[in-house]
Amino acid sequence: MNSIETQDKWLYTISPKKKLFNLNFKEIWRYRDLLILFVKRDIITLYKQTVLGPIWYVIQPLFTTLTFTLIFNNLANIPTGEGVPAFLFNLAGLSCWNYFSTCLTGTSNTFKANQGIFGKVYFPRVITPMSIVISNLLKFGIRLLVFIGFYLYFSFFRSEGMQAAPTWTLILFPFLICMMAFLGLGIGMIISSFTTKYRDFTYLVGFGVQLLMYGSAVMYPLSYFKEKVPEFSWIIEYNPVTTFIELFRYMTLGIGTFSWYYFLYSVCFSLLSFLIGLIVFNRTEKSFIDTV
Amino acid sequence: MKDRDIILKVDGVSKQYRLGLVGTGTISDDLKRWWYRVRGKEDPFLKIGERNDRASRGKSDYVWALRDISFEVEQGEVLGIIGKNGAGKSTLLKILSKVTSPTIGEIKTKGRIASLLEVGTGFHSEMTGRENIFLNGAILGMTKKEIVSKINAIIEFSGCERYIDTPVKRYSSGMTVRLAFAVAAFLEPEILVVDEVLAVGDDEFQKKAIGKMQDIAKGEGRTVLFVSHNMAAVQDLCSRAILLSNGEIELTGNVDEVVNHYLSSSSTSEGKVEFSYDKSHESAKINSITFFNEENKVSSQLVSGKKIKILVDFNVKRQLRNPVFSLRISDLQNVNIVTWRSNDFVESPLKKNISTNFSITLEIDSFYLLNGIYDVSMGFADGKEVLDMQLKKAQIEMLSSKPNNSYHILTKEKSSNSLVFTPAKWSYND
Repeated sequence: MNSIETQDKWLYTISPKKKLFNLNFKEIWRYRDLLILFVKRDIITLYKQTVLGPIWYVIQPLFTTLTFTLIFNNLANIPTGEGVPAFLFNLAGLSCWNYFSTCLTGTSNTFKANQGIFGKVYFPRVITPMSIVISNLLKFGIRLLVFIGFYLYFSFFRSEGMQAAPTWTLILFPFLICMMAFLGLGIGMIISSFTTKYRDFTYLVGFGVQLLMYGSAVMYPLSYFKEKVPEFSWIIEYNPVTTFIELFRYMTLGIGTFSWYYFLYSVCFSLLSFLIGLIVFNRTEKSFIDTV
Repeated sequence: MKDRDIILKVDGVSKQYRLGLVGTGTISDDLKRWWYRVRGKEDPFLKIGERNDRASRGKSDYVWALRDISFEVEQGEVLGIIGKNGAGKSTLLKILSKVTSPTIGEIKTKGRIASLLEVGTGFHSEMTGRENIFLNGAILGMTKKEIVSKINAIIEFSGCERYIDTPVKRYSSGMTVRLAFAVAAFLEPEILVVDEVLAVGDDEFQKKAIGKMQDIAKGEGRTVLFVSHNMAAVQDLCSRAILLSNGEIELTGNVDEVVNHYLSSSSTSEGKVEFSYDKSHESAKINSITFFNEENKVSSQLVSGKKIKILVDFNVKRQLRNPVFSLRISDLQNVNIVTWRSNDFVESPLKKNISTNFSITLEIDSFYLLNGIYDVSMGFADGKEVLDMQLKKAQIEMLSSKPNNSYHILTKEKSSNSLVFTPAKWSYND
């Protein structure tokens, strides 16, 4: 039964020692099936017992985009750039933003939402936030398909005045996806670790994410903000999410700005928050059940 | 090293908890702790913890749920862990299954530890039984391949075949538990940690579950740590046991020795037991039970083979037309030994109308229960309407009988753990 023969060889040790960085990749790999099952659970249970089922994944962004177009473009007259339909502009921004914000809010709730499971069985806790990011990635994929569908519709059937076209930066797309996930995951993990002991952070996330949307150039182009409110534009510019959303619109629609300076800054920001998130998360997972 | 094959070694494990609420006080403690660590000093709060005694009020906010626990488990051994509520059993299991980490000390293991702390962890009510088997199995540490190879056995064991593709939210609670236990029963770690899962399901399933536990423990030679309040199950499954008391190991050793020690130390029996009620209680209730020994003195210590008398005092504010009284003695493993019901007796003085406070007496001329602690339950009814039940609220301690001209000294241990002895006569015929 027991394959370990040697007397002095211990498989592992449970001890209070907290290493700063202690991510056991071998263990995570062993639990990869759990990761897949968690993702599956998130996807299939969301719209169970609904008639429209997965169509909701399409309806939600559609109506939000319509509302945004109505309010921000038709009513408030925010320009979306030469030859780019406001609807496409908003759809692009919202898809991106939604991906980021669901990653953030989903992971920031990890410990609290799963204390039932975490309190009873052990598995590498990182699996949970990872599964949240992956299932959000899949949802983002669906929204991307919607976006592509409308993109084709606009370019073939409503092509008069349509100047939107992808740029070479499209090759950065996979990279962009990863960076947004890292950023959402990193900040989410940091918050989730603090939330275990101090619930104040739950409230912070609640309205913080809403405020952040207004500060992330989702419904307006960065250039327009700079033109109108130049004294506060640095806040928007140094928000890494702005860079990613602007970049997404730049690579798919060819509007907005792309600067290597802000791009590299945002990438570093994301990687750093991911790293800090991992460390904090790792420290918390060992004993969070005592304080949650 | 040694001849024995130690698979698990627990070395000086302690766990400290902070009592009370998390608030601003915790921030200042956290900061203090951090400040000590920055300067490379020892955590100041490790020195101030108190012994974990649930009932008494302590001075410090910090208590030791576990203090200096050390033991070793051999390969293939089934170790029982027993103790009162709050003795630290669950904390110990949580540390073993890596749900939380110890404050000091360490645990070394040569095998994977999987825990059955509570069945049904991670079940999602919207998913079907089959989907949940996969999810739950994966949470417990199985790979998809393992589950696929066992799924038919799991479904069969659960006895939920018909419902397996229905969402779990449509299951009865018993079915959910059956399914959950079935998944857990097919785990194959080197070390299995089990906490009180046997108290689930109906009779048929409980037998099945205990049988499976025995298979795991005895047949398959797996190392099992078993925590339970069911002493019969512990004695049945385990060979060795640890008794925890207030976070410390009180006794380690042979399972019978430890269980007996635990049972005799946990009794707090007095000769007269009074029951308290809140004001809203019904108008007919049992007031107290008093035990008399053979010298007609109030005592809960009774001698086997001698006369005993039990007096039950009632508080009644209504008319009783057909009162029925029932007194039962059971052992601490919940086995009913004897029940005296007044309507089973021809000569029952109780078949009459009563409408005031009264008491009844039950006399047993020679009560041949062997030494040990026993629970006494008392109930009474009016016809079929149950008026009051006091289940296992009173305890008696039977002392071994003195030898006389027909038998030697009799103890439970001498009569191979039997419970009852009755007078009899051996004779030789040729």
